[in-house]
Amino acid sequence: MPRVVVDVMPKPEILDPQGKAVLGALPRLGFDGVTDVRQGKRFELVVEGEADGTVSEAVLADVTRMAETLLSNPVIENFAVRVEQDA
Amino acid sequence: MKVGVVTFPGSLDDVDAQRAVRLGGHEAVALWHGDHDLRGVDAVVLPGGFSYGDYLRCGAISRFSPVMTEVVEAAGRGMPVLGICNGFQILCESHLLPGALIRNQRQKFLCLDQRLRIESTRTPWTAAYAEGQEVVIALKNGEGSFVADEETLDRLEGEGQVVARYLGENPNGSLRDIAGISNERGNVVGLMPHPEHSVEELCGTGTDGLGFFALASLAAEVFA
Repeated sequence: MPRVVVDVMPKPEILDPQGKAVLGALPRLGFDGVTDVRQGKRFELVVEGEADGTVSEAVLADVTRMAETLLSNPVIENFAVRVEQDA
Repeated sequence: MKVGVVTFPGSLDDVDAQRAVRLGGHEAVALWHGDHDLRGVDAVVLPGGFSYGDYLRCGAISRFSPVMTEVVEAAGRGMPVLGICNGFQILCESHLLPGALIRNQRQKFLCLDQRLRIESTRTPWTAAYAEGQEVVIALKNGEGSFVADEETLDRLEGEGQVVARYLGENPNGSLRDIAGISNERGNVVGLMPHPEHSVEELCGTGTDGLGFFALASLAAEVFA
């Protein structure tokens, strides 16, 4: 069954204290050269596909609505929807 | 008045809120997240805690619980609704209030006696205070930093919808030191500090929180 991935990230203008904490920890581990870290969420939704294994526009539209209403908070987060091909 | 207090799975402060309602001179009515029923209450408190374990985002799952359908509808009719801490987060997720609450700027969970200034008394929940009154109320949160875009913040300030502001050092990074806001009509209030923990001398933070639970005649006046 095909898998749809929804990536949710804090909007650029929103402070991301978790990302900042990770950024602060990296040099302590000896990793230099990282100038910024933003932390987000990734959702993997297994959906019913078409006979040929693709995902219909209707299903993708549904996933987009899920992302807008539940998976993300549009006030503070952006999201992106994509279909992940089987490895 | 009958004041409903909703219990979600993971609510912590529902019993304290019920007690504060009774100390305010009203009848506390326990409401359950799974019910499509407000049991004839005149006002609703959404208490603090970690409803649904704060999974996904604070308040994101609670927003879709059956009782919230009723609360959103009643709020639209003008029923006074107070969301405290997690309740504030639920009100934002429900779009009853603008903006959102994100993790504290310094990542730490806070628990302290917080000085606040009551900025608006045009809500049934703050009508017992004097405008500009300074109060001390318990504050405890991990994700209490209020954020909204500049336009929304300007509108909140301009329309007098900032209900309470932090005094002294900003504890959690909230924009413009905002501790609480209301909707345009004033009946829905979200507050990050916990007035229900500041209602009896025994608990240490004094009784400045009692005013939030005075309600009654004031609510009738405000919405007559």
